[in-house]
Amino acid sequence: MEYEKLISRAAAEMRPSGIRKFFDIAAEMKDCISLGVGEPDFKTPWAIRQAGIQSLEKGRTWYTSNSGLKELRQEICRYLERRFDLHYTEDQTLVTVGGSEAIDMCIRALVEPGDEVIIPEPCFVCYYPITTLTGGVAVPLALKAENGFKLTADELRAAITPRTKLLILPFPCNPTGAVMRKEELEPIAQVLRETNVLVLSDEIYAELTYGHTRHVSIASLPGMAERTIVVNGFSKAHAMTGWRLGYACGPKPIIKVMTKIHQSCIMCAPTTSQYAAVTALKNCDADIESMRKEYDLRRRWLVNALNNLGLTCFEPQGAFYVFPSIQKSGLPSDEFCKQLLYSKKVAVIPGPAFGDSGEGFVRISYSYSLDHLKKAVSRMEEFLKELGV
Amino acid sequence: MYMEQILKVLETNARTSLEELAAMTGKTVQEVAAYMDECEEKHIINGYRTLVDWERAGVADVQALIDLRVTPRRDFGFDEIAARLADFSEVDSVLLMSGGYDLSLTMRGKSFQEIALFVAQRLSPLEGVLSTATHFVLRTYKKDGVLYGKDPIDERECQ
Repeated sequence: MEYEKLISRAAAEMRPSGIRKFFDIAAEMKDCISLGVGEPDFKTPWAIRQAGIQSLEKGRTWYTSNSGLKELRQEICRYLERRFDLHYTEDQTLVTVGGSEAIDMCIRALVEPGDEVIIPEPCFVCYYPITTLTGGVAVPLALKAENGFKLTADELRAAITPRTKLLILPFPCNPTGAVMRKEELEPIAQVLRETNVLVLSDEIYAELTYGHTRHVSIASLPGMAERTIVVNGFSKAHAMTGWRLGYACGPKPIIKVMTKIHQSCIMCAPTTSQYAAVTALKNCDADIESMRKEYDLRRRWLVNALNNLGLTCFEPQGAFYVFPSIQKSGLPSDEFCKQLLYSKKVAVIPGPAFGDSGEGFVRISYSYSLDHLKKAVSRMEEFLKELGV
Repeated sequence: MYMEQILKVLETNARTSLEELAAMTGKTVQEVAAYMDECEEKHIINGYRTLVDWERAGVADVQALIDLRVTPRRDFGFDEIAARLADFSEVDSVLLMSGGYDLSLTMRGKSFQEIALFVAQRLSPLEGVLSTATHFVLRTYKKDGVLYGKDPIDERECQ
């Protein structure tokens, strides 16, 4: 069979994840220290695991409603109101298989061939390929290091055309750790209010912000809820990556269409995970806080250690990544990562895996114990010494 | 709040340097040092110990947990007898317990016999001691939050 001819062109041309390449090499290497992982090192809090087990013991093994357990959707709405001042009802909420599915459903519900989707980069790798798969046009918007990798109103205005359908707003940001504060979101909202451009606000790291102010959702600003689809989930805040559970909240007509697509593709999110998630939202705010505090210690330690090595980084204020500049090494990102991997067995992810504007940077995850981070940093120090920098 | 963080980090790894603690909490080295001095003075920090697996080190070491039922003294309660027990250098810890007995002791010695003799000759005859029950530790799997003899395994596949 000539599979190349049989496979859909759009699927064949989909941009593969640049993260995987390094993981695959690192996985085969003995004694390799990875700093690449994008999920919490914490186990799911016990109360949540127990709720999942109990749901199985009670034989709750059926499908749930397509949009998700009613009780869970109600809890999601209460949680979003309590934590982020967002006001949604259960019929504006769709429970999905991870935040990723919510992103997929949202883009598929909105984007027609030729529609432009503005993707501020560096960012998580999925928005671009999902957009192109729908026939949409991905419009990367290169964020600048001097702006702390935040989106500015001028940059947004310059990127909007009559074909712009959707803006992806991925903050707190993987890989840069940048967050958008309320005063930085307001000018963005002002630009959008004058248009018909919708926003996909990917807030999966919303609970992981550091410093004095909590995450602010663009949907909480005046006039923005009607043009925003908020995507969030349980993977990062509740350390529930393997449970595959996320959700989207937004204007009823959009959520209704997303639910229709979800009904055909997925049917419903995993039932056990949904029961567990009810407990996560009801009883586990303290667990989130204790994990966040631990990340914060590591974050501060790592930023300080990298700056001491001359790998300068602005202070990331969200997620669990640091995005240092590797300019000092004189190497392009890909080469830096390869050499570091082969000579010192430390795996970090090259910045361009998250968009061209990530060149000159690498992503380092601090979703590891301090001991692990210390070992890795000491190997990086040796590496830089041997490079003569 | 940073103070609690410092104590938690030190409780996990007492060798964490002042510089590292300062970096982790966003404070200066001087501030951290002053806080630690204060904790030592106030006995919030009561020492810096190493978790040794003596069995692996090949050194003879026997540990025992001893449950004691005692008669509390009028006006002094359990404090007086507890203080007397704590004076024995062989005794590692003395805890007042709720439940079926009053005081719990942990102690160590070179052999079962040494500990048995200590209990028989020095603990039991003490005034106020009603009974003792000695439990010898056969193996330590986990202590003070640390798994003995095992490196934590990162099972995440998506590395």
